[in-house]
Amino acid sequence: MTNESRRGFIGKAFGAVAGVGAVASLVAMKKTWDPLPSVMSAGFTTVDVSSLAENKLEIVVWRGKPIFLLKYSAAMKPTEGRNVKVGDHYFSVMIGLCTHLGCIPAYNGEKFKCACHGGEFTSDGVNIFGPPPRPLDIPPFKIDGTTLVLGEEGEEYKKMTAKA
Amino acid sequence: MAEFKKAESTLEWFDQRLGVTNLYKVMMSEYWIPKKINFLWAMGVILVMLFKILLISGIFLLMYYKPDVNLAFDSVNYTIMQEVGYGWLMRHIHAVGASVVFLIIYIHMFTGIYYGSYKKGREMIWISGMLLFVLFSAEGFSGYMLPWGQMSYWAAYVITEIFGGIPFIGDELVVWIRGNFYVSDATLTRFFMLHVLLIPLAILGAIAFHFYALRFPHVNNEDGEFFDFDEEAEKYLAGNKKESKVVPFWPVFLSKDFMVLGFFMIFFFYLVFYHYSFAMDAINFDKADGLKTPAHIYPEWYFLWSYEVLRGFFFDIAGISGKDLGLIAFAIANGIFLVFPWLDRSPLVKPANQRPYFKYWFWLLIADLIVLTIYGKLPPTGVNAWVGFFSSMTFLILFALLPVITKMEAKKVGGE
Repeated sequence: MTNESRRGFIGKAFGAVAGVGAVASLVAMKKTWDPLPSVMSAGFTTVDVSSLAENKLEIVVWRGKPIFLLKYSAAMKPTEGRNVKVGDHYFSVMIGLCTHLGCIPAYNGEKFKCACHGGEFTSDGVNIFGPPPRPLDIPPFKIDGTTLVLGEEGEEYKKMTAKA
Repeated sequence: MAEFKKAESTLEWFDQRLGVTNLYKVMMSEYWIPKKINFLWAMGVILVMLFKILLISGIFLLMYYKPDVNLAFDSVNYTIMQEVGYGWLMRHIHAVGASVVFLIIYIHMFTGIYYGSYKKGREMIWISGMLLFVLFSAEGFSGYMLPWGQMSYWAAYVITEIFGGIPFIGDELVVWIRGNFYVSDATLTRFFMLHVLLIPLAILGAIAFHFYALRFPHVNNEDGEFFDFDEEAEKYLAGNKKESKVVPFWPVFLSKDFMVLGFFMIFFFYLVFYHYSFAMDAINFDKADGLKTPAHIYPEWYFLWSYEVLRGFFFDIAGISGKDLGLIAFAIANGIFLVFPWLDRSPLVKPANQRPYFKYWFWLLIADLIVLTIYGKLPPTGVNAWVGFFSSMTFLILFALLPVITKMEAKKVGGE
C-alpha cells in the first residue's frame, strides 16, 4: 500500500512538473513565432496629396500594404463616408487589397477590377461585382493641411468610419 | 548480460546482436501480400521512390539555396540554374518530382476508394494516408514559396490570407503566421524551416505509421476478399505456392513492383528532361513583388480542384457572404476525405464496378474533380464562374449523398 501511494505521489509530482514545462515551452514557442517588435512598431507614412493628378491612381506603401490615393476631378461625384476632402478636392483613400483574398485590383479610369477572382469596385471602393464581401477598407489616417498621415486616426477618419 | 557464443559467420555475429534474420523475415520474406492484385498496387513503392528522389535532390539544392528575400530568387535562378554543375537537373527533378508525387498520390488514393480499401479494419491505413496527403500538401506549399518568384509570393499571400476567415482570431492569426503584416522575410525563413526540417520529419514518421497500419488488416486485393493470412502463408511456406492466395513481399511482390517502377522512372525522367516546364510556371521567373499582383493567380495543378471549390461561391446566399461560403466549402473539401470510411455505410468491400450504386457515385466524383481542375485554371469570369459554382455544389452534394446511397446499397445487397 505505502509503496503504491508513494509511486502514485511520484507520478502526480512528475505530471505536475511536466505539465508546467509543457505549458512554458508552448508559450516560448508561440513567442518565437510572434512578429518581431521592430515589425509591430512599423511607422507612419506621410504623403503630400496636393500635387496628385486628377483621376489618376497613386499607390503608396503603408505597413507593406498598397494604399490607393485617387484625386477626384470636378466631374466625379464624391460619396459621403467614402471620400474625404483635402484642400479643394475630394479623395479616395483606401487599402488597395481586394476584400476577398487580398489581391491588388487595377484601376481603369472608371472602376477597380480584381484579376484574381473577378471582383469589381467603384472609384470610391464600393464592391459592385464578384466575391468581395465588403467595400475596400479605409486605413486610419490624419489630415494635416495637404498632407496625409497614414497610421494615425484623425478627425476626418473618425467621421468617415462613424458614417460607414 | 545474455550469453553469447562465438559466432561462426558474419551473419551470425550480426544475428546475435541485432536479430537480422528475424527482422528480414518480418519485414521482407514473410510479410505477405495477396496474389490477386494489379499494377495499381505498385503506387506505394513508387511513392517511396519519389520521396527518396525529392529528399536527395532537395539536399543538393539546400547547399546553394539562400532563405533571404534579397538572395533567394537569384540563388535559385542564377546560382543553381546557371553556375552549379547539373544544378538545373536537381531543380527540375525536384520540381517535376513534387508535381508527379501528387499524381501518384491521387492514383493511390482513388485506387483505395475504388477497391474499398478504407473500411472493415482498414480505417487507420486510410487515415494515416490522408495525414500523409495533408503533410505533402503543406510540404508542396512551403516549397513553392522558396524560389521567391511572383507565384511564390502571391500563392503564399492568398493561402495565408485564408486563415483570416477563422472567426475572432483570424486577422491576428494571419499576422502571426506570416511574422509580419504582409508576406515578408520572416515568412520566407519560417516556411523554409518547415519545408526542409519539420514537415519532412513529420512525413517520415507518418510513412512509418502508414506502413505499420498495414500490418494487421493487411493489403486489400482486387476482389475485396477476406481470408486468413496465416493459413495462406502456411500453405506458401509448405510449398503449395500455387494454391496459396499470398506471396512474400520480397522477392516475389517487389520484383513485379520494380517492373512497374522501371516504367514509371522512364516516364518520370522523360518529363524531367523533355517536359519539365509544366512544373515551372513562367510567372514564377519574375521576382516577387508585393505591390504587383499577377493578372491571374492559380495554384499548381494538384490544388486546382480545391482552389475552384474555394472561389466557386462568388455571391451571397442566405445572408452568408460568398467569401465565407467559399471558405466553408474549402474546409469541407479538404476535410471530407478523412472521414470517408464512415460516410460509406455499405458493408461491401468490392471494386466499385461490382457495387450497384457506388459505381455511379465514384465516376461522377472523378468527372466532377476533372471539371473542377480544368476550371480552376481558367479566369473566373462569365460562364466560367457559373461552371465553378455548379461543380463546387456537385462536389458537396455528392458527399452529402454518399451515406444515403451506400445505405440504400446495403439494403439492396442485404435483400438479395
